[in-house]
Amino acid sequence: MSQSPGTHPHTIRAAFRGTLGKFALDAGFSAPAKGVTALFGPSGCGKTTVLRCIAGLNRLADGVCDIDGDVWQDRDGTFLPTHRRPLGYVFQEASLFPHLTVRKNLLFGAPRGDAGKNNPVAFDEVTDLLGVTPLLDRSPRNLSGGERQRVAIGRALLSQPKLLLMDEPLSALDRVTKSEILPFLERLRDRLSLPIVYITHDIAEVERLADQVVLMEKGRVLAAGPLADLQSDPSLPLATARDAAVTLDTTVEAYDRAYGLLTLTVRGSRFFVPATPSPVGERRRIRIISTDVSLTRAPPGPSSILNLSPGRIVSAKPIDSNEIVAVVALGSDGEGARVLSRLTRKSWDELRLGVDVAVFAQVKAVALGPGRGE
Amino acid sequence: MDAFSHVWQPVRLTLELAAITTAALLVIATPLAWWLARSKAGWKEIVAAVVQLPMVLPPTVLGFYLLIALGPDGPGGWVASLWGARTLAFTFWGLVIGSIFASMPFVVQPIRNAFAAVGDRPMEVAATLRASPARAFWTVALPLASPGLLSGAVLGFAHTVGEFGVVLMIGGAIPGRTKVMSTAIFDYVETMQWREANILAGLMVAFAFVVILSMILIEKRFARMRG
Repeated sequence: MSQSPGTHPHTIRAAFRGTLGKFALDAGFSAPAKGVTALFGPSGCGKTTVLRCIAGLNRLADGVCDIDGDVWQDRDGTFLPTHRRPLGYVFQEASLFPHLTVRKNLLFGAPRGDAGKNNPVAFDEVTDLLGVTPLLDRSPRNLSGGERQRVAIGRALLSQPKLLLMDEPLSALDRVTKSEILPFLERLRDRLSLPIVYITHDIAEVERLADQVVLMEKGRVLAAGPLADLQSDPSLPLATARDAAVTLDTTVEAYDRAYGLLTLTVRGSRFFVPATPSPVGERRRIRIISTDVSLTRAPPGPSSILNLSPGRIVSAKPIDSNEIVAVVALGSDGEGARVLSRLTRKSWDELRLGVDVAVFAQVKAVALGPGRGE
Repeated sequence: MDAFSHVWQPVRLTLELAAITTAALLVIATPLAWWLARSKAGWKEIVAAVVQLPMVLPPTVLGFYLLIALGPDGPGGWVASLWGARTLAFTFWGLVIGSIFASMPFVVQPIRNAFAAVGDRPMEVAATLRASPARAFWTVALPLASPGLLSGAVLGFAHTVGEFGVVLMIGGAIPGRTKVMSTAIFDYVETMQWREANILAGLMVAFAFVVILSMILIEKRFARMRG
């Protein structure tokens, strides 16, 4: 963190310490003010309290909140009340105003008159993006859970926030509704250049949406940083979890129409993935599960495994007495993106693997296909 | 003079008294109920208890203190001296003040409950949508609590119409000034004017029925709004 006093443009800086009721919080992080920053941790670890402090809904005297160069709270007593903070907040329950129509809910926080003339987020754009155009004249009482949450997201966006805070916006919804809203959130992230702080305890949501992660536990921050860095850090619980995976943001290089295979490039390697056609140059996020990655010391002979990449083991951690998770940096120079490989200690010993050993990482293409890696 | 035109004067006076009292009560009770519902101060329940006192006190006790307060030596006498009068007791405005105290609990309680039922969340949502506390109060809390305000108004109006003891203590029963329906019935019975007493009593029964029915309907609407 910079030593210079004053504000920090393009950065979200938040640190709060104190007790609320019986709960002790001592959590601070700083993250780039762009993309999605996920606050991730088990229930009751203080994620919501941090978000409420950022919004000014809770006040801890020992707090700093500095958003993209604007000071919202400081230890000198500076404290902007919530309604003066240019933020949007999506609560766990949609919390629509029951006495207003969907349209009036959406417009409740929208700047009016001259102030509203040059809104970066337009009404029609938001209603289209969230698919709520047909609902505008309905009462919130007659909406489904998913529809309500979409209206709540639209309402927050139309207040023209500089920061969007979302507190487990999907957790109150069933799986089908969740999968209906997730694509909206992805479009939101990609279409609007609005920084989002997103609370979840569901790693699948982190893997789909997050650019940065703040890992929380018992009122404290365990680690904060880019998602892939935290996933591939063996000292953190993410890498040793049963379903541990890394997510890589790749670029579409080519599409093989005959076999229905995409070629995706990532720093230090490329992957073949069975998928529907995608335009060349598009960004695509893939998820590589640690149990789908196997290692060899020499390039294998003819194999059904399409994805083979040289790399170097950069670290490893035993999970229990039988299994080890290895972090492999891809590329012959070992400078590329990192993946996890979970293997037995027997394999580890027989291949005489160790840190700094050159290996080949193999991933079956179908392990990256629809329903698995994406 | 026939019986109907004879009873009209107390009916009109009663409606005027109840309407003015109810309007004044909504203005006083709404901020008070808001504070009682939202404040985290521990001593607010002491205030709440004081406001509720008239519910359990005999009307004669309340009337006695009001009589002293409104009389020549009380604050009411001082106020009356501003326009050269000696006392507020036995005047229409004295009745309004007395009715405000007597009916206050019936108005504060439903409004407080309605504000409590609205809860923190809608106010927090409004704040995250740039609404100042004042705007959030007018555009969110008040509309959401409106059924509670309506029941408070109906109860306050009804209780003012039905108040007897306090009215008798501080108003006497001066025709055209302080003789409202409840005291008029008492007078008619004492003077054996059964026909007039009957008309007034019948009106009161019909009125009470309408009040109870509308309370039930308001409660139903409230339940729908919350649902």
